[in-house]
Amino acid sequence: MKVMVAVKRVADAYVKVRAKSDGSGPDLGNVKMSINPFCEIGVEEAVRLKERGVAEEIIAVSVGSTASQEQLRAALALGADRGILINSGEQVVEPLGVARLLHRLLEREPCDLVLLGKQSIDGDNNQVGQMLAALWGRPQGTFASELSIDESGVQVTREVDGGLQTVALRLPAVVTTDLRLNEPRYASLPNIMKAKRKEIVEHSPDELGVDISAQMEVLKVEPPPQRQAGVRVESVDELVDKLRNEAKVIT
Amino acid sequence: MTLIIADHNNAELKVSTRNVLQAATTLGEVQILVAGDGCAAVAEQAASLNGVSKVLLAEHPAYAHQLAENLAPLIVEVGASHSHILFSAGTEGKNVAPRVAALLGAPQLSDIIAVESEDTFQRPFYAGNLIATVRVLNAVKVLTVRTTAFDPVADGSSPAPVEVLSASVAADSALSSFVSEQQTESERPELSSASVVISGGRGMGTGESFALLEAVADKLGAAVGASRAAVDAGFVPNDMQVGQTGKIVAPQLDIAVGISGAIQHLAGMKDSKVIVAINKDEEAPIFQVADYGLVADLFEAVPELERAL
Repeated sequence: MKVMVAVKRVADAYVKVRAKSDGSGPDLGNVKMSINPFCEIGVEEAVRLKERGVAEEIIAVSVGSTASQEQLRAALALGADRGILINSGEQVVEPLGVARLLHRLLEREPCDLVLLGKQSIDGDNNQVGQMLAALWGRPQGTFASELSIDESGVQVTREVDGGLQTVALRLPAVVTTDLRLNEPRYASLPNIMKAKRKEIVEHSPDELGVDISAQMEVLKVEPPPQRQAGVRVESVDELVDKLRNEAKVIT
Repeated sequence: MTLIIADHNNAELKVSTRNVLQAATTLGEVQILVAGDGCAAVAEQAASLNGVSKVLLAEHPAYAHQLAENLAPLIVEVGASHSHILFSAGTEGKNVAPRVAALLGAPQLSDIIAVESEDTFQRPFYAGNLIATVRVLNAVKVLTVRTTAFDPVADGSSPAPVEVLSASVAADSALSSFVSEQQTESERPELSSASVVISGGRGMGTGESFALLEAVADKLGAAVGASRAAVDAGFVPNDMQVGQTGKIVAPQLDIAVGISGAIQHLAGMKDSKVIVAINKDEEAPIFQVADYGLVADLFEAVPELERAL
């Protein structure tokens, strides 16, 4: 089967992103950028499917500016076969726009399984996989911690509030990854070198016939109200006394 | 008119629906959709909530497990004429809401924490490091609501009417089916709705030492959580994780034990009313957000705390 995996270029998980001074958005100047960790889990899962002989080809796709080629190369170094960049320039594409672009791409590159991260750690939207499944008219297995594929379809174990839920989906299907699905490998140096020679094709949103204009307007971006550090207590007895008589949160 | 999708297990309405209702109070008339199987009792409970004008009840075996493929077309049919469609931002809402939005050709806004006007909302992003104020330009606003940001609504004086919907759409999409579920068994309250939470971090050292936290939790009627570091170290399962990629909690009292205070964890608990940190490293960032900090060896302090309660 052919597997598509989506990767997004985001501010690195260990960077604390601040707001621009004019409040117009996050300040990403000089910020280290990485592949979204949940997307990386998606790539790893696709590679494992290929290693088990389930997947024949892995196509890594990114929607973003030319700089996103870097993250596509990272996916190719992990084992994806080829890359597609849908070059949206500097415009921030909303989740529905990304889903529409991927949907159009699937018409040109029919795949049996699309793997995406459950959310990107910048927008924290948790939407693209579900939206793509809706537009495509296919089932979705979100927040996957385990998946197994056979002729009848894919079984996905999902991390849900209060435990785990297992669902069976017909193929083609969309699966979004949660943290527990796997632990991504590190790309080896030979594979990084090999990835440089793999093909990355570019498309534009126009070429795919998708209007990516915004349906939401960000009016302001600001830091959350800061919590003030409180007091140090010297003993457990003092702590219990404060909780009981000052904060009144225990009886 | 606003449509709220009820959270329930076919027997009981979850408290999260009350939080979502609070978020909707300034948006005009509110209807609640209860979709499930054998869930008429849930509809009765939803009808008793203060400020609900009508409850819509859709029962079908295909809705029993809240499968998105089956629910989304129903919600689209019922909600297409509404101005707002609201879900709680739990795993069910997050699973279904984007599917509904895409079918409507509408954007979706996730995890709202404030309603500024009928089209403008606040939401955290970048792991809670930033708050965006966003105006939705589309006519239909599909939103998921971070329940900890809104107080639950109480029961009203007289119940709203319940309208039973006849199944006019093919309820079962045949795209997906439920196989099994594994509920984490616990005598303790659910993390996301507990009024007291005690969480352990990497400093706990082993999964066994979480028994110390459980002893305190039993005295306080608290839920037990963990930082991602403790989960990644294999001490406890992922469903105990509090943080940006886990559960968001905002209890009256949060006790962080052996937790350094990584951004990822703070994002999940910093809206708690009172935060207590117990850590032997006095430089730990958790102390910068704690109302009460105790620099101590947790293996001595936590049993002492349990005895003192």
